[in-house]
Amino acid sequence: MKLTGAQALIKSLEMQGVDVMFGLPGGAILPVYDPIIDSSIRHILVRHEQGAGHMAEGYAMATGRPGVAMVTSGPGATNIVTPLANAYMDSTPLIVVSGQVATPSIGTDAFQECDITGVTMGITKHNWLIKDVADIPRVVAAAFHVATTGRPGPVLVDLPKDISNQPMEWYWPETIDDLDLPGYHPVTLGDPVLVGQAAELIASAHRPVLYVGGGVLKARAAEALRALADRTGIPVVTTLMARGAFPDSHPQALGMPGMHGHYTAVTAMQRSDLLINLGARFDDRVTGNVRTFAPEAKVIHVDIDPAELGKVRMPDVGIAGDCRQVIEELLLAMDAHGDAPVVQDLEPWWHQIRQWQERFPLHYSDDDGRAIKPQSVVEQLRDAAPPDTIVVAGVGQHQMWASQFWTFDSPYTWVNSGGAGTMGFAVPASIGAKVGRPDRTVWAIDGDGCFQMTAQELVTASAEQIPVKIAILNNAYLGMVRQWQEMFYEERYSEVYLSPDLPDYVKWAEAMGCVGIRAETPEDVGPAIEKANSIDDRPVVVDFRTDAFEKVFPMVPAGASNDDIVVHPDQAAQR
Amino acid sequence: MTADPGTLRAVRGGRPMRSGGAPRHHILSVLVENKAGVLARVAGLFSRRGFNIYSLAVAPTDEDERFSRITIVVDVETAPLEQVIMQLDKLVNVVSIDELSPAEAVERELVLVTVAVGPTERSQVIQLAGVFGGDVVSVGGDRLTIMVAGRPEKIDDFEGLLEQYNVVELQRTGRVALPKLDRRH
Ligand SMILES: Cc1ncc(C[n+]2csc(CCOP(=O)(O)OP(=O)(O)O)c2C)c(N)n1
Ligand SMILES: [Mg+2]
Repeated sequence: MKLTGAQALIKSLEMQGVDVMFGLPGGAILPVYDPIIDSSIRHILVRHEQGAGHMAEGYAMATGRPGVAMVTSGPGATNIVTPLANAYMDSTPLIVVSGQVATPSIGTDAFQECDITGVTMGITKHNWLIKDVADIPRVVAAAFHVATTGRPGPVLVDLPKDISNQPMEWYWPETIDDLDLPGYHPVTLGDPVLVGQAAELIASAHRPVLYVGGGVLKARAAEALRALADRTGIPVVTTLMARGAFPDSHPQALGMPGMHGHYTAVTAMQRSDLLINLGARFDDRVTGNVRTFAPEAKVIHVDIDPAELGKVRMPDVGIAGDCRQVIEELLLAMDAHGDAPVVQDLEPWWHQIRQWQERFPLHYSDDDGRAIKPQSVVEQLRDAAPPDTIVVAGVGQHQMWASQFWTFDSPYTWVNSGGAGTMGFAVPASIGAKVGRPDRTVWAIDGDGCFQMTAQELVTASAEQIPVKIAILNNAYLGMVRQWQEMFYEERYSEVYLSPDLPDYVKWAEAMGCVGIRAETPEDVGPAIEKANSIDDRPVVVDFRTDAFEKVFPMVPAGASNDDIVVHPDQAAQR
Repeated sequence: MTADPGTLRAVRGGRPMRSGGAPRHHILSVLVENKAGVLARVAGLFSRRGFNIYSLAVAPTDEDERFSRITIVVDVETAPLEQVIMQLDKLVNVVSIDELSPAEAVERELVLVTVAVGPTERSQVIQLAGVFGGDVVSVGGDRLTIMVAGRPEKIDDFEGLLEQYNVVELQRTGRVALPKLDRRH
């Protein structure tokens, strides 16, 4: 069968089972847009290519399937650099196809030429510039293989316009050996000797903590983790990337560690004698000052990326492998122990933990009850949401409140930008999540600053009838930056004020085909949420006018030791 | 790390120096796919991860035209060797990495140097090249270009001795290395 390169590209995506892609056409990618008309793949036309990338990420995070985006050369390609960097930091499988100028023009500064494989080399797992039309099916198959196996991540396929137009004889690579990836061999199974050593360390620990990261979600290991937690009775912390991997309602759940983590999660790690790191990476937002982090803890570190083992903290037992497989191996190793106890008596440890939980629960003060408290909005959204609602966040204070005050009870219900902290992520990512899970309610909890960065994608949502719900916690500030200026720059506020009513978010929402709702007093919050939840045929935007002076607590100041965690002022007397 | 403390000499120009008897360099022999951009990927990885490279040499392999071999001399004080290897190994185009500790490797390097010479220096420089097993590869009216190949520390020595002359240009290749052979086989 003879196809053009463009037809081969689309057919390759179909062969990969792609059902939807996000993109925006232009000169260099024009040939590839023609066969889309005849394809089974749904194409969602975005308003800015950054939106396409984040939508594909939201889709991937909510479904576990790779997200696909397509852009033209030059500015189209550079507009999707931020989502690539974001997906790289959060190990999200993202496939970007970019158009490129025709091969004879490459290197001549041709119109809309950009060396996008060069630009994205450091923020993709791998990228390809296709120079031979016959390579298209193989490269697309390789791109999906690389993006989705081992430690997942973004890839980019750059396709010159003349290659798209050339004829080729269609084929499809049958096996991994046909992909021409001689240097790519991700590990999955853990070394049994090391797994045995891990089981021994667990059996002798008195203050163990399961430190659970996004790798558990990537490995679809939530059930295995649950079994391990139930079997051992060890307390569990879930990082920002792992919220939902272990139910917050479980008695062993201590919540989130890190800069704005739960006091008990932070402190339990700090006092631990054994950290069992499953798919987390000792990020600086979790460790605080690394030198003073968990000083007495031995470390078991399980990661599918061997380079993570010892990158930040040297493990006592480092196991390269897939979290699900290694946890299952670990459970088998425990079974093999027969009647010997798999853990020490953890009662004294739990006694200590319960004391921390009682003394330092998450807290905010309702003051006079006149201003809308952002934390209360999150709680009310949570309480009114149907089970398994997917929550998507931007970056800033609202993100931390969402991660703290929501109760995550199932995996893949939390979509946010962790490693990169990309403002503007929420609106497009929520659209992608809703496209992937149309059966679920999708609430984006966004900041006023973040919303303004990518709000135009609500036009896409209206046009494509993707009924997401956006809660703007409108504090009229770049609130997180304001908080740092208040605490660390003597309240000298520099370039953080945004205004509560410029823009008018309700009118803006309406102009974009959404329903716009405003909540100005605490009494407005409940009815506004109820109205938003009742709308299912259009996107909804709720402008919650929240207290601008609220700060996120607890807080470990940047670079400080986790021992120096700052609690809410109401709790400070108890420390 | 095993190392023969005698193999390296402190030299000017920021090349490997011994600290506490242990060489701070390590040699990685990296087999890569012979594809466009591979060198940029390897070099880019070192720069963005903050690993220092002392030298780097690339050449196609004899065995298979699909592959090239990159010999990288790494400063192991900027990052643990393990970390450098693991990060390199993640590059999709990197096929395999052999770690050669200096004590277990033969290392060679080549230098080309052009020296401005008057009538008296001319014979001295030619003699010096001879002592180092080098060749005069180009002769001008008042210049000589010399080539010396050998162990990197020998090149260091040669370079040191040339300091008293008027060196116009000097180009070193960076080292290539292979494992030392076991005599019993
Ligand atoms: C693209 C980008 N630019 C700048 C920042 C730095 N930054 C982090 S949080 C924040 C403020 C976000 O403001 P808003 O969306 O209103 O959220 P709030 O903190 O007020 O809840 C800024 C500017 C960032 N994370 N991303
Ligand atoms: Mg704000």
